[in-house]
Amino acid sequence: MSETAIEVRGLRKKYGDDEAVAGVDLTVRRGEVFSFLGPNGAGKSTTVEILAGFRRRDGGTARVLDQDPGTAGRRWRARIGVVWQRETLVPQLTVRAVVRHFAGYYPDPRDPDATVELVGLGEKAGARVTSLSGGQRRRLDVALGIVGGPELLFLDEPTTGFDPRARRDFWSLIGDLAEDGTTVVLTTHYLEEAEALADRVCVIARGRIRAEGAPATLGGRATARATVSWTDGGRRRETRTEEPTRLVGELATLFSGEVPGLSVHRPTLEEVYLDLIGDDERDARAEGEAVSV
Amino acid sequence: MSTRTEHAPLPGVLRVGLSRGWLEIREFANEWESVIFTFSLPALILVMFSSIFDGMFDMGMPAVDYYLPGLIAMGLMSVSFQTLGLAIANERDTGGLRRLRGTPMPPTAYFVGKTVLILFLALGQVVLLLAVGGLAFGARLPQDPTAWVTLAWVFTLGTVSCSLLGIAVSSLARNARSASGIVVLPFLVLQFVSGIFVPVIALPEWVLNAASLFPLLWMAQGLRAAFFPAEMAALEPGGSWDLPSVALALGVWCVLGLALVLLTFRWKTRKDG
Repeated sequence: MSETAIEVRGLRKKYGDDEAVAGVDLTVRRGEVFSFLGPNGAGKSTTVEILAGFRRRDGGTARVLDQDPGTAGRRWRARIGVVWQRETLVPQLTVRAVVRHFAGYYPDPRDPDATVELVGLGEKAGARVTSLSGGQRRRLDVALGIVGGPELLFLDEPTTGFDPRARRDFWSLIGDLAEDGTTVVLTTHYLEEAEALADRVCVIARGRIRAEGAPATLGGRATARATVSWTDGGRRRETRTEEPTRLVGELATLFSGEVPGLSVHRPTLEEVYLDLIGDDERDARAEGEAVSV
Repeated sequence: MSTRTEHAPLPGVLRVGLSRGWLEIREFANEWESVIFTFSLPALILVMFSSIFDGMFDMGMPAVDYYLPGLIAMGLMSVSFQTLGLAIANERDTGGLRRLRGTPMPPTAYFVGKTVLILFLALGQVVLLLAVGGLAFGARLPQDPTAWVTLAWVFTLGTVSCSLLGIAVSSLARNARSASGIVVLPFLVLQFVSGIFVPVIALPEWVLNAASLFPLLWMAQGLRAAFFPAEMAALEPGGSWDLPSVALALGVWCVLGLALVLLTFRWKTRKDG
């Protein structure tokens, strides 16, 4: 069994003249939680849909669990789980009945009742799916995505529309799955979601990868110059430096103790992210204005 | 975990298909409030026609006997063509099919499940109409084994051809809402030109010729052959039941319908690319 779950080179997909995916290269290792982060319409969902075998690609190569997702068969599908972004109809029965039914599609499924418990729907097991809230529906989607015991789970914007509490619960569920060894590929436009869940984040905008790496090092964040600021005689002072520790030491000597109003700031993931996708956002806004004129 | 998954046998097509059929029947039962009107419409019409029209026109037979075979044909087309046309367009539009494509469910199993559901609904439709007609109005049922055999094969060929047409027509709909126009309207027109409400001999020739291109007219004719006394054949356009033509027309529609389904069936919506 190869150590690579997903290997993609030069992936392309066009809708009419619009190049939704414009040459994406990426590698996802087994057991990794990998996140596509990008604004709406960046090409995240299209990429995931190609990798999950739902859409055809126009160019490039893709290997997912050692097979081409464009031609892979039932046995391959039994090894992946998919939670689609868009609303997807579920049979109008009880939660338990739906999960049990879907378990029957797989050669070696998880226990359906335990799966319902795992996603936190234990109390709703006997309820009709029509009576579930939005967040509970999404949990059911996840239950159906994992009931086959997938090696690789695709989650396309799993928490859009969640309240903060539901999102935290959801994150811990995904964390548990990842700990069991499931490779997880998720798309999100929430920075904190990528930061909380992913081992590796890939920032994607306009169909291209803008940066890739661990959330802490993304876009050179770990090595970026820090901004040290303090107050001196009622005036705010600020210096950008590659050696913030040395500067703070010097300031401590200068003030012989506590430095008034001291702060050391490195770019947040949000600042790095906005910088990475910034040009595109501005382009998009300019285009939008041109259209409205 | 992965090694077990790689070697455990995949569930068989028939098993998954029957499981889907059972799921679809339970869904139907759960949603009966929303479907009961469509399902019982032919029986409702039979009750009204039998009560109101009896003795009003010279049909040569009680109104219930006259309308029963045609309404069975209508009921069969309703549960096959209309049910599948609307349901599949809805499943496609709201992501039900997309969800299934993300699982190892064999595509054939989906159609096995639909077959089970339609068979269940079609048998229910016939039983309901025979029960209402026979018990409440003393309708004349098929008189001999040959007539029952005719009922059986017209039932089978008619339901299969209309089911395939329903699946094919679902692919024409852009979304779930537009499906109702594409499915319900042609079905309504066919009911009026295929001898369900209006006798075929009363139809202008061009209307009759046009209706002959579709299965409903042939289903109604085949069912009249099973239910009506032999002398009523004189009122058919050709002066006989012409069962070989009924079998041929429905058989051709089964083949044509299958070809259309294979050519047009989509798991995706148009915007899924």
